[in-house]
Amino acid sequence: MASVPTSARVVVIGAGIVGNSLVYHLARLGWRDIVQLDKGALPNPGGSTGHASNFIFPVDHSREMADLTLDSVQQYQEMGVFTESGGIEVARTEERMEELRRRMSSAKAWAIDSELLTPEQVQEKVPFLDPSVIVGGFYTSSVGVVDSLRAGTIMRERAMELGALTVVPTVEVVGLDVEEGRIRRVRTDGGDIEAETVVIACGVWSPQIAQMAGAQIPLTPAVHQMISVGPVPVLAEREGEISFPIVRDMDTFCYERQHGADMEVGSYAHRPILHDPEEIPSIEQAKLSPTEMPFTAEDFDQQLEEALELMPEILGDEKAEMRYAINGLLSLTPDGAPILGETPEVKGLWSAAAVWIKEGPGVGRAVAEWMTDGLPEIDLGHSDIARFYPHQRTREHIRARTSEAFNKTYGIVHPSEQWSSDRSSRLSPMYADEVARGAMFFETAGWERPHWYESNARLLEEYGDRVMPREHEWDSRWWSPIINAEHLAMRDRAGIVDLTAFAIFDVVGPGALDAVQRIVVAQADVSLGRVIYTPVLDERGGFRSDLTVMRLAHDRFRVVTGGAHGMVDLKWFADRMPSDGSAQVVDRTSAYSTIGLWGPRARDILGELTRDDISHTGFGFGTCRDIQVGSLQVLASRISYVGELGWELHLPMEHGAKLWSMLHEVGEGHGAVPVGIGVYATTGRLEKGYRAYGYELDSERTIVEAGMQRPKVKVADFVGREAYVKQREEEPRTVLCTLTVDDHTSASGTKRYMLGGEPIVSRDGGPLVDGHGHRPYVTTAGSAPSLGKHVLLAYLPPSEAEVGNQLAVSYMEELYPVTVGSADSTSLFDPDNERLKA
Amino acid sequence: MDVLVCIKRVPDVAGSVALTEDSMDVDARHVGYAVSPHEECAIELAVQVAKATDGAATVLTVGDEDAVEQLRDALAVGCGAAVLIEVEPRRYGPTDVAAAIADVVRDHEAQGRSYGLVLLGNDAADTGDFQVGVRLAYELGRPVVTGAATVEAAGESLVARVEAPEGAAVFEAPVPAVVTVMEGGVEPRYPSIPGRMKAKRVQIETVTPAREPVGSGRVRLHLPPVPPSQVEVLGKGAEAAPAMVDLLERLGVVR
Repeated sequence: MASVPTSARVVVIGAGIVGNSLVYHLARLGWRDIVQLDKGALPNPGGSTGHASNFIFPVDHSREMADLTLDSVQQYQEMGVFTESGGIEVARTEERMEELRRRMSSAKAWAIDSELLTPEQVQEKVPFLDPSVIVGGFYTSSVGVVDSLRAGTIMRERAMELGALTVVPTVEVVGLDVEEGRIRRVRTDGGDIEAETVVIACGVWSPQIAQMAGAQIPLTPAVHQMISVGPVPVLAEREGEISFPIVRDMDTFCYERQHGADMEVGSYAHRPILHDPEEIPSIEQAKLSPTEMPFTAEDFDQQLEEALELMPEILGDEKAEMRYAINGLLSLTPDGAPILGETPEVKGLWSAAAVWIKEGPGVGRAVAEWMTDGLPEIDLGHSDIARFYPHQRTREHIRARTSEAFNKTYGIVHPSEQWSSDRSSRLSPMYADEVARGAMFFETAGWERPHWYESNARLLEEYGDRVMPREHEWDSRWWSPIINAEHLAMRDRAGIVDLTAFAIFDVVGPGALDAVQRIVVAQADVSLGRVIYTPVLDERGGFRSDLTVMRLAHDRFRVVTGGAHGMVDLKWFADRMPSDGSAQVVDRTSAYSTIGLWGPRARDILGELTRDDISHTGFGFGTCRDIQVGSLQVLASRISYVGELGWELHLPMEHGAKLWSMLHEVGEGHGAVPVGIGVYATTGRLEKGYRAYGYELDSERTIVEAGMQRPKVKVADFVGREAYVKQREEEPRTVLCTLTVDDHTSASGTKRYMLGGEPIVSRDGGPLVDGHGHRPYVTTAGSAPSLGKHVLLAYLPPSEAEVGNQLAVSYMEELYPVTVGSADSTSLFDPDNERLKA
Repeated sequence: MDVLVCIKRVPDVAGSVALTEDSMDVDARHVGYAVSPHEECAIELAVQVAKATDGAATVLTVGDEDAVEQLRDALAVGCGAAVLIEVEPRRYGPTDVAAAIADVVRDHEAQGRSYGLVLLGNDAADTGDFQVGVRLAYELGRPVVTGAATVEAAGESLVARVEAPEGAAVFEAPVPAVVTVMEGGVEPRYPSIPGRMKAKRVQIETVTPAREPVGSGRVRLHLPPVPPSQVEVLGKGAEAAPAMVDLLERLGVVR
């Protein structure tokens, strides 16, 4: 056994699927002097990898997870540890069948071969399944099982063959030393290791290890129950480990997976059983392994009965015994996504946690790339550890959200579905008034944001069918025609929008200009009082963000960005401040409230409240300055994300409620209405073709592909400049287009409205492939009430990106005709931006 | 012949043993609960004897409500009925347990259910008292065989086999008798799904003992000192082979 070295280039803590993948990819990318530790013995140190079911269903509604999974499958295949078995998700209800049709959309969007099966077709593949209890199935031939322990051994061995890796098992980490905000040392019961980079890949133990450095990895261990039943004669007759497709019984939240002569039944249906990280037994205390907790049979009885119903012949066999039954521990996070990246608290301390077998090697590769040059090939935006706000890292929040999420593992989750637990964490100053107006609140990063207001229901009569009512329950779930009525009222008169959820931070100091100039694409050296909207790129020229920056003084810039992504942006800026301290980032999110006032009457309304010159000549588009609104001092910024005349009004949080009521009092006379985020984030921006980070924009997209290039590139150097200049010279491989739906009528006669994520295909249903080899899919879908159209954004192959081109969108396994309305950033509504510049 | 098998809910300890703060019990927080391997074998023997003689196996425990979990586990592998003598386990010593079981055996006999064989584990996995089987036999005035690996019905008597290092001792006892079981003679079965389903539906008979317990008299439990672990490096590579062979011969693994 190797002893603990005294220093290392990088220490990877954990030898589960994640740690093993990571050390291999780091070695492959040229890292040397890697030390990998685990407190357990190899090859199975006792973490969640050791008891995993090891099967992989590649189709996921999230592109990020699907891509990580597909990459992992390729890696497992290359290592020779993948066995393709096929897999079927079966539906017991029509509602579930509809969800399976939706999974077909995702399968097509990510180019995964899948098909829907009748109960009889399911039985042909799985003869011991009773077809009378199901209504259909969703079959994916590329589902398979892996040997994750063998894969781990192979990857460690490969790293050792490169002379890059020292593995030290049965050594426990007892401390992490941090000096001046940087990780310096890993202390173990076998000696200390000096290291500038440390990765926590410890699964359910990660929170405790991170805590040693004062960092937080917000996950909780939770129980997943499974049993193994056998020997089953019909399974024993077949050779090999798996010869029948894996069945996911989606409505009972169970799966049945053959394992040689045994059938393994696993469940996500029982009550969520969360564990405190401190309560995980030590290796010595545990009967099987620390993550194989004693089985609690009563929690599983209901699932047994349901499994028996589905497979009576084999599970009902008296001779087939339950030979193994555990409450296996796995990691759950508040939003269900992995926790990857450098911790915001400690430089050089990385997290690679809350990762399942299906995405392990893909995550290992992506994190290794990220650690090497900051550029993972697959966008990890939804998994970035920096995404959490402080309240989201608390034990209570994690417990509440993971408890709620557990049974959604196999659930039917609507794309707009809202959390019900631990709400009302962050309230804007006008919250009480919004409640009085009947706001329907959606949550963003803990903020309660009105999505629409029931008090605006009276507008439905005013606008009649122009609000584009939706007849299907799924299409109208978490939606209201009031959104479209608010939209029309804003376009006709004015809307008042609570934007308190913005993340706001200042870049200050004598070096502020240079620092900002270096981070953003747009020219930052502008006169005081200018507002710039700008992409933020990585070195490869992919989007890291898009945001607005106000120049408030020669040495002060204020960045305003979306709440959901705000903490990641903050870290991105903070990480790029000059080392001499001449510029600093200061978070102002909790200091400022923002109210948007937009529409043709916006100037009339604000004009009644201020003596300052707000005329078009006196207060031009793209400028900001302090004005007096009644007795309040307000930073007004003349920009718009909805394509209307108006301002973002920023002011200290405690004044927010007063400005809100002043605007409403005066606004009423002008027909202004409160407008929710349904308009701000979807209908308003879609009509204007404005792109949103996380939907159209991510690190896999470029400015040119998004159609957002300006005539010139600024001379000053900035992150991604070189790549961007090169991209401008090349033909784009994919082009972001705006499409409109020509006919919504489904086969049953019901009009259907897409919600996002659907594949775009040729008019007759043939697949399209862009220059990256990707299939086009809808990045955002929503109403454009001013146009009377349903609008879709999608990246199309350049050859298809032509205005007037007739294509189709596949929704719930039916085709609907669509037409390309714009093949660049030209908006369908007010293409010359006359309203903005009124 | 009807068979009664008596089991005890104990911490399912496999690795290092921890005690509760007051040192009166084994700490089960991380390991969960089970019955001891001796008792798993006793259950299996009970089911086998009952089946071979067209009788029924009944499982009994003295414990709190949580012990129903262990009763259901036994029901899932072939016992047909279950009795919970509901007590606060800490207040019950071996004398009390034996007395409480004896009362149930007599009560059942009065109701027309007499047990030709009462099986127990040889000793409890947590407290290790080694007493209940013998005390129960004394209370009932029945013969007892302790430490049996197997037991079979042979007409009006029972044949129990006790394995010892020197060989096996075979005892014959007249029915009714008490036998305590050591693991090793039979392979306990695992439950099937239908078995588990049946177990769930069985109504458990709950009995409250009439007598006040005298207790175990236990003051506290002590953990034995951890045996020192010594590592002796036998050598490296091929050179280590002769020493390795010596060691394996000494251990009796190879001859």
